[in-house]
Amino acid sequence: MAKSHKPVVWFPFAAGGTVIAFCIPVIVVLTFMAALGHVPAGLGYEKLHAFAGNGLGKLILFGVVALSLWSSAHRLRCTCFDFGLRADTLVATLLYAAAIAGSIASAVFLLRI
Amino acid sequence: MKERLVQLEVLRYNPDTDTEAHFQRYEVMCQEEWVVLDALNKIKADIDPTLNYRWSCHMAVCGSCGMMINGEPKLSCHAFLRAYEGVIRVEPLAHFPVERDLVTAPDDFMEKLKRVKPYIIPKEKKPISEGEYKQTPAQLMKFRQYSMCINCMLCYAACPEYGLTPDFIGPAALTLAHRYNQDSRDGGRKERQEVVATHEGVWECTFVGACSEVCPAHVDPASALQQMKITSSIDWIVEHLIPGGKS
Amino acid sequence: MSRNPLIREVPPTSWYFRHPRYLRYMSREITSIFIGAYCVLLVVGLQRLSAGPAAWEGFLAALKSPASVVFQFLCLVAAVYHAATWFNATQKAMPIQIGEDFVPGNLISGAHYAAWAVLSVVVLFVAGVF
Repeated sequence: MAKSHKPVVWFPFAAGGTVIAFCIPVIVVLTFMAALGHVPAGLGYEKLHAFAGNGLGKLILFGVVALSLWSSAHRLRCTCFDFGLRADTLVATLLYAAAIAGSIASAVFLLRI
Repeated sequence: MKERLVQLEVLRYNPDTDTEAHFQRYEVMCQEEWVVLDALNKIKADIDPTLNYRWSCHMAVCGSCGMMINGEPKLSCHAFLRAYEGVIRVEPLAHFPVERDLVTAPDDFMEKLKRVKPYIIPKEKKPISEGEYKQTPAQLMKFRQYSMCINCMLCYAACPEYGLTPDFIGPAALTLAHRYNQDSRDGGRKERQEVVATHEGVWECTFVGACSEVCPAHVDPASALQQMKITSSIDWIVEHLIPGGKS
Repeated sequence: MSRNPLIREVPPTSWYFRHPRYLRYMSREITSIFIGAYCVLLVVGLQRLSAGPAAWEGFLAALKSPASVVFQFLCLVAAVYHAATWFNATQKAMPIQIGEDFVPGNLISGAHYAAWAVLSVVVLFVAGVF
C-alpha cells in the first residue's frame, strides 16, 4: 500500500476552508447589501477598480477566490461520495478542473484591471 | 428498591438456521438503577437462554459489551435504563458482521489494529542494565488521553465512512498509531506512516466527528486524525518539494 | 461449528437519515454547494469589473433580482455556518500543549472567533459601511 498523494488536494482545501471562514461571510454581507439596494461605497466602480488595480489588492482577491473555489470543489467531491455517487474519479476531475478554470479566469480578469 | 417493567426489542440472528435477522420483544422486570446489560442478563437467566451477547467486566473497562441501543453505539454496561423510555431497541454494533444475535465479528478491526503497530518501537534499543526509558509528566500528557482506548469499537459503529468504505483503517486503530507516534520513547512513526498516510488511512476520514462523540473512554479520535492529516501533509511536502527531503 | 456471519450493507444514498449527528455533518458539507456557487458569482463579478463601469453597474443591478436576494441570503447562512464549524474544529486539529497542560479548546476556537470579528469589522469599515 503506497502513501497517498492526497495532501496535494487537501492542503489547499484546508487553506481554502480557513479563507472561506474568515473572509467569505463579510464579502457576502457586502454583496447582500448591494442586492438589497444599499450598495456599500467600497463596491462602487471607482473604489473597487482602484482596489483591484493595486498589486496587493489583486493578490488578495485572487487568493480568496482561488482558495475558496478549490476548497468548495474538494468538499463537494466528498459530499457527492457521501450522497452515494461512486464515480469519484470523474467527479474529482470535473470539480478540480472547474476550480482551476475559475482561478485562471479570475487571474486573467484581474490582470486586465 | 424500585422495580420497573422494561420492554426490550432485541435483534436475533441464528447463523445455522436464519438468512435474515429479526427483532424479538422481551418484557422483563428490572431494578430502577440497572443498565441494559443487567436486563439482558435477566432475560438470559429467566426467559430465554438462547440469547447471545458478549460481556465481561460490567464496569466500562473491558470494552466487550458494545451494542447499538436505540441506534446509538453504547457499552450496554454503561447504558442506564432510567435514561430510556418505552421500548428499548438493542442491536449488534453497526458496520460489523453479525456472528449471532448481538455478537459481532471483530476480525476486521483486529487485523487493522495489528497493521498500525500499536506498541513502542524504541528509537534505540538499550540493554536493561542501562535502566528504564524515562519520561517527563509533560511528555506523558502529550499522548495520555489516546492511551485510554479500550478497543470497544463503538467509534467504528459510529463512523459512517467506515460503514461506506470498509477498507478504511478507522478511528481507534489510527488513534492508537497517533498515541505511539506521540510517545517520546517511540521511534516507529516512519513505519506507521506506511499505513497511516495511505488512502485507507487518515485520508478516508472526512471529519464527521461521530467517533469522539460516542467514545466511552473520552478519547478524541477525530482530533488525532486531523492532527495526523496535517503532519502527513507536511511529510508529503518534505518528501516531494524539498530537495533531498526524501530519506 | 462453521461461521455464517450476517453482513448488513449501509444504504449508500440514505445513511445520513439514521442519526441526527449525520444530518448535522451533511449540512456542514452542503455549505460547499453555496460557497462554490458564490465563488462562481465572484469570478463573474471580476469579469464585469474588468469590462468597465457600465458592465459593473449592470452587475450590481442584476444582484437586486428577487432570486439573487434569496441566493445571497442562503450564501450568508452557509458561509456563517461554515465559519462556525471551521472555528469549532480548530481546537481539534491544532491542540496546543504548554508544559503539562493543554490550552483549553474553547480558548483556541474563541481566539479564531475574535480574529474573525475584528477582520470582518475592518473589512466593513474599509468598504465604507460605517
